[in-house]
Amino acid sequence: MPVFAALADATRLRLLKRLSGEGSLSITRLSEGAGVTRQAITRHLYALGHAGLVRHRRKGREQIWDLDMKRLEKARQYLDQVAAQWDAAALRLKAFVEE
Amino acid sequence: MMATQEASSTDRIEKRVELRAPRARVWRAISDSQQFAAWFGIRLDGPFAEGSTVKGSITSKGYEHFKVEFQVQKIEAERYFAYRWHPYPSDPKVDYSTEPTTLVEFTLEEADGGCVLTIVESGFDQIPIARRAEAFRNNDGGWTGQVKNITKYVA
Repeated sequence: MPVFAALADATRLRLLKRLSGEGSLSITRLSEGAGVTRQAITRHLYALGHAGLVRHRRKGREQIWDLDMKRLEKARQYLDQVAAQWDAAALRLKAFVEE
Repeated sequence: MMATQEASSTDRIEKRVELRAPRARVWRAISDSQQFAAWFGIRLDGPFAEGSTVKGSITSKGYEHFKVEFQVQKIEAERYFAYRWHPYPSDPKVDYSTEPTTLVEFTLEEADGGCVLTIVESGFDQIPIARRAEAFRNNDGGWTGQVKNITKYVA
């Protein structure tokens, strides 16, 4: 799932927020008080994993999940770069037509 | 006036440019492929026409082997010009033709003292993250990449 589409869901955003604030968390912990089934949480986490936003590892019998900040930052940086390109292009157009 | 960022969203970039020039002048600069190429910084090998694909390359020093391909979508005289392309061609050996394109839309309106051009590029949600990371690695300066942390994203 493309990263930006992965963010367009309230449950997934909450999961990311929790991982951001609390660090590594197990599915058990992430499911607590989420108002959503553990199965659904697991599905959302794998979706976020496919988008490259989170990673998981095994710790004993639990699966522990972490935020993958690098990927998210790269996605943000990419959009910023494209935006900057358009800023520069707009200035060139301005110079071109306003002479 | 400088371009300003509006309507922040993860799928699109929007810029609004105020230009002190007649609408007809700006329209020519956008719709005439040779004029477009001149200020955009590329070389284009044909005219813009609805449904046509115009190929070319980047003219910036060091990037001359990067190809561009404009799939012209719609032309409404003096009002609207739209094309699809692959943003950020970064590796001349890679065939991007199977990847999703983004849509670039130029909308032109008259305003006091000239006209206003709105530029929207959309469809970024479909671009795979690996491609975006690679594009960033290949871009060597000129941009101030700003790292935003997740709380700004989710707040």
